[in-house]
Amino acid sequence: MAGFLIKRLLQAIFVVVAVTLIVSFAIRLTGDPALMLSQGAGSITEEDLARIRESLGLNQPFFVQYADFMLGLFSLDFGRSFLGGTQVSALIANALPATLMLAFASMFVSIVISIPLGIKAAISRGKWPDQVIRILSLVGLSFPNFWLAIMLVLLLSITFRLLPPSGMTGIENFIMPAITMGVILTATNVRLVRTSMLETLQSQYIMVARAKGLSENVVLYKHALRNCAIPLVTYFGLQFGNLLGGIVVVELVFNWPGMGTLAFEAVGARDYPVLQAVITVLSIMIVGVNLLVDIAYGLIDPRIRTE
Amino acid sequence: MTDSVSVPILSVEDLSVEFGDSRVIENLSFAVKPGRTLAIVGESGSGKSVTSMSIMRLADMMGASYASGRIRFTPQDRDEDLLVLSQKQMRSIRGKDIAMIFQEPMTSLNPVFTIGDQIAESLMLHEGMSKPDALVESKRLLDMVRLPDAQELLGRYPHQLSGGMRQRVMIAMALACRPKVLIADEPTTALDVTIQAQILTIIRDLQQELGMAVIFITHDMGVVAEVADDVVVMWKGKKVEEGTVADIFANPAHPYTQTLLSAVPKLGSMTGEAFPKRFPVTMMDGDTPRLVGTEHIQNTARYDEAPLLSVRDLVTRFDIKKGLFGGVSHRVHAVENVSFDIYRGETLALVGESGSGKSTIGRTIQQLQKATAGNISFEGRAFSDMGKGEQQRLRQEIQYIFQDPFASLDPRKKIGFSIAEPIRTHRLIEGDKQISARVDQLLERVGLKSAHANRYPHEFSGGQRQRICIARALASNPKLIIADEALSALDVSIQAQIINLFMELQEEHGLAYLFISHDMAVVEKMSHRVAVLYLGQVAELGSRQQVLETPTHPYTQRLLSAVPVADPAIVRNHILMDGEIPSPIRRVGDEPAILAHREIAPGHFVADAR
Repeated sequence: MAGFLIKRLLQAIFVVVAVTLIVSFAIRLTGDPALMLSQGAGSITEEDLARIRESLGLNQPFFVQYADFMLGLFSLDFGRSFLGGTQVSALIANALPATLMLAFASMFVSIVISIPLGIKAAISRGKWPDQVIRILSLVGLSFPNFWLAIMLVLLLSITFRLLPPSGMTGIENFIMPAITMGVILTATNVRLVRTSMLETLQSQYIMVARAKGLSENVVLYKHALRNCAIPLVTYFGLQFGNLLGGIVVVELVFNWPGMGTLAFEAVGARDYPVLQAVITVLSIMIVGVNLLVDIAYGLIDPRIRTE
Repeated sequence: MTDSVSVPILSVEDLSVEFGDSRVIENLSFAVKPGRTLAIVGESGSGKSVTSMSIMRLADMMGASYASGRIRFTPQDRDEDLLVLSQKQMRSIRGKDIAMIFQEPMTSLNPVFTIGDQIAESLMLHEGMSKPDALVESKRLLDMVRLPDAQELLGRYPHQLSGGMRQRVMIAMALACRPKVLIADEPTTALDVTIQAQILTIIRDLQQELGMAVIFITHDMGVVAEVADDVVVMWKGKKVEEGTVADIFANPAHPYTQTLLSAVPKLGSMTGEAFPKRFPVTMMDGDTPRLVGTEHIQNTARYDEAPLLSVRDLVTRFDIKKGLFGGVSHRVHAVENVSFDIYRGETLALVGESGSGKSTIGRTIQQLQKATAGNISFEGRAFSDMGKGEQQRLRQEIQYIFQDPFASLDPRKKIGFSIAEPIRTHRLIEGDKQISARVDQLLERVGLKSAHANRYPHEFSGGQRQRICIARALASNPKLIIADEALSALDVSIQAQIINLFMELQEEHGLAYLFISHDMAVVEKMSHRVAVLYLGQVAELGSRQQVLETPTHPYTQRLLSAVPVADPAIVRNHILMDGEIPSPIRRVGDEPAILAHREIAPGHFVADAR
């Protein structure tokens, strides 16, 4: 198990380095921020541009800039934003909790709903509860999240004036973004839980557990669930990455002050330090969650733990 | 055995079971008495497993309904019809009064719980024990099934145990609450014969100790002869015959029972015969048996010619357990210094148990696996001297037939396509018309119809599929066919027919077979020479008569004595093996000792005993 985790940790570090390298490089292909910043400033000489580049550190070779950035990571110093010179770390410290709260809230709600529904569908396979659950999940899967978000705003905020349409001031602000993200997640997860449970229920050890005289609840929730969780946990970890990717749209619609909004604004302004930092932090989060998944894996499945 | 006049503890009366519209068991009746073993025998589709699941009322969860009958469970003070009980009431009987052992020990235990937890669970449920008490009792149960280091085993997980050990854990679990009836559904089918002998002995000893009634479900007449007091023969969902074991074997009355018994290969039945022999096979033609084929001596081996295939000092190893930086810490020593020849028209059997390396040898010859060292030559040409083109031609001349006829045909291709594939790949015949004529001819040769070419694999039974696989192997006009447990998944009556087909084809085409099998009785019927493998090395090699009639290596003797013989009149003394078949996995650097062989008679080689 220790060897397995060390291996995964090394892989994780490699992934973070690769992601940041690609992002830093790609972002510099999109244009010169000095030109962007000097737009509308009247006559600009080549010296002026050079001065701007020097002040931003853009005159250094790429690998020096990248090394600076990576060294800064260790002291949580991501440099300053090109716009207004705010500390990037301060921007992230504001945005990250908002995003994480939203992501974990959606994830948690979705898992709590989809596990019992998926199990119910599996044990009543082919009967009406299964059919209803499957149809609902198909409906849920068919909503694009931006459309769902706009519909919710139109309906609940504008027509019925029940919920605030945007911002993050209180718990009621969480409801619509969390529903938007949760619906698709739940719809997918119900199907996954159902499939995994059906497969587990075919196993001989489930028949053996029944032959022992155990009640159906013990068979399902003790013997089957833990086995059926093994593939699910992996998937939930991967899903977290998708979730953070999809969050940009939802944050924009609800004007949520999170990482998605921050990244969106940084892209528009070619604000390298901010964009670089946002993507680095998100990739560390995703890699970290998947590392946790690996640990959870070992806890659930003794075949991995005892290797 | 207790008093045979005692009253039954479990009686199935006029039971009919349906799944949807199809009736899988019809008007079945039988009874079992305390201390007695009732064997229910039948082939696939006979309804024997549904019977056991119905007694447990687990068939309900598979969608079964009970159209008629009663299942009376009558311990001293009770008389209950299990069919009218609710699932809730059944749960207090299941695992306590009636327990069950299943076929697949590898998948019968829950992989995420410890052995101790799984045994203790039953005790806590039915006997109301506390967890610590239940674990103490679990240890006693593990001792009872003769598992060493029981205390340590309690904390182990199933994947750390071998198949034989897991099946003992299953027995311990089933016997935890001292059940009055034990149902054993093919409990040894997935195990090696030496392990099977251990398990059967344990079940029998514990039955006597606990005075249980045992319902033993099996397809193996050899096992029936060893364990049963009474026998019920099932065929197509019906009981066709019932009687004491001696009666059934000595005077089978129903044609199906006669067919079944005549098809069962009996180890020792060929004693004194110099060559393998084809025997006529009784087949069920509707309800009447029909004798097919004639007796024929299979003197086809061309020992006067140079060998077709020579294997010299073959070594095949696999690296496993890679460390953090890809370093290898352990190796499977699958094959170690194996040498043998196969002649044209000869059947050489490779026999051995799990981990003996028999399948690896076959795969290495077929170039599905790279040899670590040693040399293989075909018609005098060494593999290592062959170019790409010649190696490709070898894939035409050597064909492979796999164990599982269900998995070895592409389910999305018509069988005509699958059979034509080797012809097209090796460009043996040009022109679609000619190819399809050849496919038709092959299908008819293996006993199918040419019209079958347009069907898909799922439309065929297991036996038919194996015939299709044989047709596919024949399609490229091979000289050598490697049959890797090709008969093991088939019912005995089908098996007997396929054995004859193999032998007919051998005579027609001068085919050589490398026949890889764990079944000594089939090997005895089919092969000219036998090589016994143990932990990747040849323990004994010689003619069929030499190896089977004068087994000299202790392992060969142990293996032969473990094989159940389908004749209850023969009382045999098993040379029981203690413990497990050792593993061929070794630490890097820890090389196995290479055995030296002595020739004790012309052509009869025996390894030094370890």
